[in-house]
Amino acid sequence: MKLKVNGTEHQIDVEPEMPLLWVLRDELGITGPKYGCGIAQCGACTVHVDGQAVRSCQLPVGALAGEVTTIEGLGSPEALHAIQAAWIEHQVAQCGYCQSGQIMAAAAFLDVNDAPTDAEIDRALSANLCRCGTYPRIRAAVKTAAAKLAEA
Amino acid sequence: MLGGVVFGAVMYKIPHRNPLQGDKQEGQAAITPYVLITPDGITLITPRADKGQGAYSVQAALIAEELDVRLDQINIDPGAPAPAYYNTALASDLLPFRSTNTNYLTELARSIADAPVKLLGIQITGGSTTVPDGYEKLRWAGATARETLKAAAAQQTGLPVAQLTTRDAEVILPDGTAVSYVSLASRAADIDPVKVDALRDPSEWRLIGKPMQRIDITAKSTGRQDYGIDVRLPGMLHAAVRLNPRRGPVNDYKATQAETMRGVKAIIPVTDGISVIADNSWRAMQAAQAIKADWGPAPYPAEMVEHWQALADSFAEDHLDSQFLDQGDVTATDTPIIAEYRAPYLAHAPLEPINATVLVTDTRIDIWTGTQIPRFIQANISALSGFDPDDIHVHGQMIGGSFGHRLEDQVVRHATEIAMQMRGTPIKLTYSREEDCAQDFTRQIAMARLRGGVRDGKVETCDLGIAMPSIIASQMSRQGVPIAGPDAQIVAGAWDQPFDIPNYRVTGYRAPDLAPISSWRSVGASTNGFFHDCALDELIHAAGADPLAERIRLCNHDPSRKVLEVVGEMSDWSAAMDEGQGRGVGFCLSFGVPCAVVIEVTNTPRGIRLDKAFAAADVGRIIDPVNFEAQVSGGVIFGLGHAINCEITYADGMAEQANYHQYEAMRLYQCPQVEIRGLENGERICGVGEPGVPPAAPALANAIFAATGQRIREMPFNKHIDFV
Repeated sequence: MKLKVNGTEHQIDVEPEMPLLWVLRDELGITGPKYGCGIAQCGACTVHVDGQAVRSCQLPVGALAGEVTTIEGLGSPEALHAIQAAWIEHQVAQCGYCQSGQIMAAAAFLDVNDAPTDAEIDRALSANLCRCGTYPRIRAAVKTAAAKLAEA
Repeated sequence: MLGGVVFGAVMYKIPHRNPLQGDKQEGQAAITPYVLITPDGITLITPRADKGQGAYSVQAALIAEELDVRLDQINIDPGAPAPAYYNTALASDLLPFRSTNTNYLTELARSIADAPVKLLGIQITGGSTTVPDGYEKLRWAGATARETLKAAAAQQTGLPVAQLTTRDAEVILPDGTAVSYVSLASRAADIDPVKVDALRDPSEWRLIGKPMQRIDITAKSTGRQDYGIDVRLPGMLHAAVRLNPRRGPVNDYKATQAETMRGVKAIIPVTDGISVIADNSWRAMQAAQAIKADWGPAPYPAEMVEHWQALADSFAEDHLDSQFLDQGDVTATDTPIIAEYRAPYLAHAPLEPINATVLVTDTRIDIWTGTQIPRFIQANISALSGFDPDDIHVHGQMIGGSFGHRLEDQVVRHATEIAMQMRGTPIKLTYSREEDCAQDFTRQIAMARLRGGVRDGKVETCDLGIAMPSIIASQMSRQGVPIAGPDAQIVAGAWDQPFDIPNYRVTGYRAPDLAPISSWRSVGASTNGFFHDCALDELIHAAGADPLAERIRLCNHDPSRKVLEVVGEMSDWSAAMDEGQGRGVGFCLSFGVPCAVVIEVTNTPRGIRLDKAFAAADVGRIIDPVNFEAQVSGGVIFGLGHAINCEITYADGMAEQANYHQYEAMRLYQCPQVEIRGLENGERICGVGEPGVPPAAPALANAIFAATGQRIREMPFNKHIDFV
């Protein structure tokens, strides 16, 4: 089976029902997407498939149709995505374990809504759980990123 | 550490051996080791675990303040477990002395309590102690290293030390020439550490008290931060466990299907369960699910009703554990106000499921895991494996949330049991979320009873009894440490509150051991802050007084009074509210920190909506205002979320909640606007990871009462009222 992750083509030999998350983490060594719940309740595993945010713990790799982007492919410390820059500016992360998923969910959301209201942010990101309670800074960082993306 | 140098500070009469110096340098045992300089760079040793509270950053900043390095010029390393890294602040809160009492006898008692902690070399992260423990000793370490580097530079250049200054990891000569610390490493290694007489005056600080950038923030915002669960070693296999959900033995099991599943390498029994070792975590978890097992009975009551009954039965003379507070005559009330409160078991449920990677060879054991108790792990794994503790190497990892979860080491024991059977192969054991939840050593269950009285518009009598099993005894029993005497946590956050109520008594009743419990963010105060403050609120209401004004009138501790006044200003307490809105205040002094919270709610047709939260807290000295705000805000949100909708209940001896759909806590849409203010009037410096939690739940309960007239005396509140 072939799949493309962050622009790189990979050949894998796994059963089609293996969730994409575990292909990424254990077969390809791409560990930015996190295992938190395994049942699409926490969002820590969020990646993009052709730009759409998906829960990789619930997507059988055999059903994958499209290119995968993980947090590692969104931006890098040397070339930050606007959302990552906003996350750093607001110092959102505490333990940081959910933040890969939060950032990927926010990126897909801002792609389709570049001037979100508070209520829209709440609706879009409430499926991503943060146990440390960084929510106020997530809201602030999404707004900062939206403003920055609107300028660009 | 050839060509390198380590620094510390001479702080104690008989210091522990410096673990960075190696066995041949016993003569330098007077150095506590926090600074390591090699030709490759500067490493600061930060032994307290980082579980999201920013411990690595704050420890590094305290060293850097005196060492004169920027935080982007250093590496950090948690170091190896060692007695030298014992926690000097931990013992003080094990004693029943009011944190507000700083007189000589109390200070003396605190210093005596420190002695056994030092003897044991207990290296624990917890109890909001990282900052109080490190506030001075890490700065001494930085200062000693700086002065020793200056001495090395003086030796190298022939200039007098008095003419040398330091800046950004360099010694600066009078002509402006800069000599890097790194280039001085091998020379500095050959000279005795310079004794430093004084730390810098706070007016000279460059870092402490000013906004800092956490050293992990870029890695955590770009997916580059590795946690324990991300450890990868050559030849590593992945393990999953299927454990008895009743926490007892396994009568029998069948793994015939699991054995044949793809990728499965071995099936090995472990304590109270079975493990599957495979070439991929998901395959291991799938195979573990396929095991059929006959589980033995729970070593605690099987049904919830029995747990509550055990607590109710504990309000009796023969369960009396403590009565640290008993003033006036609490029996003198003619028309007493009676109320009963309950708080459930709660899971820690950090987002990173617990995990450990273990490699056993013929000569040593290596353990990669995020832990708050590395020294206990060394001892426990030594007992389990027969290896000498010196041959057990714990490599501390970044932790994806803990809230007390990583004060336990069951996962490390299980991983070692597997790795002992598979010598030479690194084994990464990851608990599934369901196992993590089922096997959690939860927050205590607790119950409280109030008998109080009011007179002439004032609170006059408060008699509060609290019953719970001993958290510390349950937790320490798994570490083989017997605990004698009363458990101050049974009444922490209740008996020690800064109020002058004429007739005032708090009694702790020790319930029998029930389900195994452990420390959960803010420990005893997580339940008792709710009990005490809600009781006070009921009495104030009965007296017809204003909730905030009466708390301020009763308060006998200046920093506590100030946080109440400030939270009143922040929330514009006396401003009128619309119909259906309500405002409640909650207060708790815990871990030496007074914290007051005001919550504003609206009673909508669909349920209670949380609008705003205001919190003021006083930690004596704020190291980093950015992280202070994050910790208090996070603590308040943590307290609110669990109060609204979380509980762990047992049926047939098994936890009924397995994953986040049954244990949700706060989601973004429910989160109120949060405003935090930090004060610095307190007498001693305190940590801030926990004190935001206890006052949050009572503030919400009191706000709901103000909005609806309904008193909620049991968590979670959604058993009694809906939330939007």
